[in-house]
Amino acid sequence: MRILILGAGQVGSSAAHSLSREEANEVTVVDMRADVLRELQDRLDIRTVVGHAAYPEVLERAGASDADIVIALTDSDETNMVACQVAYTLYHTPTKIARIRSAEYMRADALFTQDAFPVDVRISPEQLVCQYVEQLILFPGALQVLDFANGRVRLVGARAQEGGLLVGRPVDSLKEHIPEAEGRIAAIYREGMPLAVAPDTVVREGDEVFFISERRNIRRFLDEMRMLEAPVNRVVIAGGGNIGARLAHALEHDTQVKVIERNPERARVISEQLNKAIVLVGDAADEDLLIEENIDSVDMFCALTNAEEANILSAMLAKKLGARKVMALINRPSYAELVEASGTIDIAISPQQVTIGSLLAHVRRGDVVKVHSLKRGAAEAIEAVAHGARESSRAVGRAISDIELPPGAAIVAVVRGEQVHIARPDTVIETDDHVILFMTDRRRIDRIEALFEVGVTFV
Amino acid sequence: MNWFVVQRLLGLLLILFSFTMLPPIGVAFLFDGRAWLPFAEAFLASIAAGVIVWLPVRRVRKELRLRDGFLVVAAFWTVLGTFGALPLLFSEDPRLGFTDALFESVSGLTTTGATVLVGIDELPKSILWYRHQLQWIGGMGLIVAAVAILPMLGVGGMQLYRAETPGPVKDTKLTPRIAETAKALWYIYLGFTIACSAAYWLAGMSVFDAICHAFSTVSIGGFSTHDLNVGYFDSAAIDMVAIVFMFVAGINFSLHFFAWRYVSIRHYARDPEVRAYFLVVVVVSAVVVATLVAAGTFTSPRDGILNGLFQAVSIATTTGFTTANYSDWPGAIPVLLVFSSFIGGCAGSTAGGIKVIRWLLIYKQGVREIVRLVHPSAEIPVKLGSHAVPYRVVDAIWGFFSVYLIVFGFMLLAMMAAGLDQVTAFSAVAASLNNLGPGLGDVAIVFQTGDAPKWIAVAGMLLGRLEIFTLLVILSPTFWRR
Repeated sequence: MRILILGAGQVGSSAAHSLSREEANEVTVVDMRADVLRELQDRLDIRTVVGHAAYPEVLERAGASDADIVIALTDSDETNMVACQVAYTLYHTPTKIARIRSAEYMRADALFTQDAFPVDVRISPEQLVCQYVEQLILFPGALQVLDFANGRVRLVGARAQEGGLLVGRPVDSLKEHIPEAEGRIAAIYREGMPLAVAPDTVVREGDEVFFISERRNIRRFLDEMRMLEAPVNRVVIAGGGNIGARLAHALEHDTQVKVIERNPERARVISEQLNKAIVLVGDAADEDLLIEENIDSVDMFCALTNAEEANILSAMLAKKLGARKVMALINRPSYAELVEASGTIDIAISPQQVTIGSLLAHVRRGDVVKVHSLKRGAAEAIEAVAHGARESSRAVGRAISDIELPPGAAIVAVVRGEQVHIARPDTVIETDDHVILFMTDRRRIDRIEALFEVGVTFV
Repeated sequence: MNWFVVQRLLGLLLILFSFTMLPPIGVAFLFDGRAWLPFAEAFLASIAAGVIVWLPVRRVRKELRLRDGFLVVAAFWTVLGTFGALPLLFSEDPRLGFTDALFESVSGLTTTGATVLVGIDELPKSILWYRHQLQWIGGMGLIVAAVAILPMLGVGGMQLYRAETPGPVKDTKLTPRIAETAKALWYIYLGFTIACSAAYWLAGMSVFDAICHAFSTVSIGGFSTHDLNVGYFDSAAIDMVAIVFMFVAGINFSLHFFAWRYVSIRHYARDPEVRAYFLVVVVVSAVVVATLVAAGTFTSPRDGILNGLFQAVSIATTTGFTTANYSDWPGAIPVLLVFSSFIGGCAGSTAGGIKVIRWLLIYKQGVREIVRLVHPSAEIPVKLGSHAVPYRVVDAIWGFFSVYLIVFGFMLLAMMAAGLDQVTAFSAVAASLNNLGPGLGDVAIVFQTGDAPKWIAVAGMLLGRLEIFTLLVILSPTFWRR
């Protein structure tokens, strides 16, 4: 697939990184900064073009005329929208994705139609990150909460801890603990490496366990992994930027929220937007301020500023001062691994990883509805729709045990209409089923794509 | 340094190279049946060496770093020159010593075209074919071929590509994937070769000669299957075909790519480098032709024009084909021609020399200094077409230029110390460093010197083909410091 990425910022670079790793993609990145592009080209097998992302001449040079997909990820909403318009009008690019940050544009759905701004998919990294963090606060103890099939099914990642019912027992015993609810373990990571999960695999303390179940049963399964955690009632958000303010807004009705913002002007702006939350002017790494605001009784401390180093340090400080759980927004994968492995920070949120999934869904061949990138891009959870009949598809009409999957991949759930079926070996895939897969090795993604492509004979 | 990665790649490349020993065996059986054994031996020797190097580290999967790329390319060209010499060393006719065989092989691979062989007409067909094939492989570069067909290189492919292809700016990719770029380059190269063979054949060459000469024309090499070189054919049609294809092969291949992709020749006319290249070739040809006609070197003006034009294009593009012994020509022409080889072809072509674009930028900087004298506070960017050239590139060109001259100076001294007279030494260094081939004096047609100058020339040819820095960088202490 020929992919044109506009903007080589954090999201743009990580998208280029992620997409160019796949053999089938040809990636071109456009940006105004020649030095950034040169650095990117040194690391990745991509083509780079220097210039303004919305100018027809620049898009022409970048090969827009035969691009399959344009992903506009520049800092400016307006540039992104115009770039999609130019790509559509002049080059008839089939798929156009734009990052739209501003909520004002985001709300105006009528604006994004083929005869206005032809943007097929709007993504807002801030909004995605905000939703992601919100889920984590709703489910304390979870490392990741990912929605499939419009939220009917959820994939949850959690670290197994002493006190969890399943810890020290084989996976099979899950059925005895929760006989009435359906669910299963999708993957187990031990010391960072995926395990081949068999019914008699024993879950150990410290394992990172991914399980899938219907939305309403998530809490039951979470209890299997760790001691029941008290719900989060007090939240401190460090950094009142786009993400921080949005999150505060989403949480302030049900929880007690404090936002720490360094810039007094910005603090005033967000204090006007928020109703119940308290906005504090100050430094998130100021020990006295944190103690003053009873950091030791805080359930969740979220460091969400733009500076990742500051996030790491303030989260570590908060943890030391007694915050129950801390999370930090960290862009660099190497930092994220470092702090998560050392255990000083409970959850490292990688904005790129959260965002990249929504891009990947459109790059995949076959009818892929949703992609979540996991484990810093090494693993992937996919929701794909099976089409065709037994003759034309490699999945439809077959029991799961008969479907040839690459190593490291597993079908974990099937959603048929409103019904959620947790996958068993004898579950038969029917046409129009939403199939949810978990892959510990995403390099085999092409074989998964092939499963959900309809053969030529079926038209 | 990732030694194992370097080792694995070197082994793979050597295995790849060993397969190029097979076509000459076919040629031998097709024609005279002579001299197939040396190629079979050389094939077995190189594939065995390649497998031995590759086998212990075949499972190493690591990303190629910048430094590894330089090392692979520099080491590979050295190794390639050595293994390429094997068939010549093993053969009965010609009987060459190690120095001569290595010289011939490196001269071929670097597309220089200087030779130590006399009585070329009498040599077995397989040997003739092999010499031309060496030039053809060296022209576009076996590493570019490897980048095209070895999928595992990835970003590492870019490192190799950059270390091997000539020119000051190497970040421009034709396609997003480096492997696709390399493939496109080889397709274009192959296309030219086929077109050139056909043209030579139509102009009256035998099929064998046509293919061989096409190999050495599009690679800007200069080997011929005859002692008299292209002069043997004594045909205006063949001369014209050669002139056209030498000129075309001296143009940046990415422009050929655009011409092919968009089916238009606009790109050539708009490219400042091609315009300068065209100008250089036209001016040099005009001066040479005018002097020849005025001095009456050839009996008929027609011969003067044809020979002058042919020689000017051949030397200015650094091909080194000859129709006459230009070192005997009157006045300043022999030296003018050797000077024009310093300019060479365009960046990203198969030609040698310093490359037109560097001269163009140096010239523009000269102009800038003059403007600055008049307007001391003016901000004057160096522009190429409508784009300003980044300072880094301009700096790099000065660095390249000065190192080129220093290397030239040292090699000149070395040649003279080895016993060559001044004219011979000067032209021998120019002919090898610029990948030209024939020089003046004792190296005009055949490289008739002792062993020491040949070794110096071998070093010069490799330095010239890899544009000095790729070789020089691995000799620097910085490169080896961790």
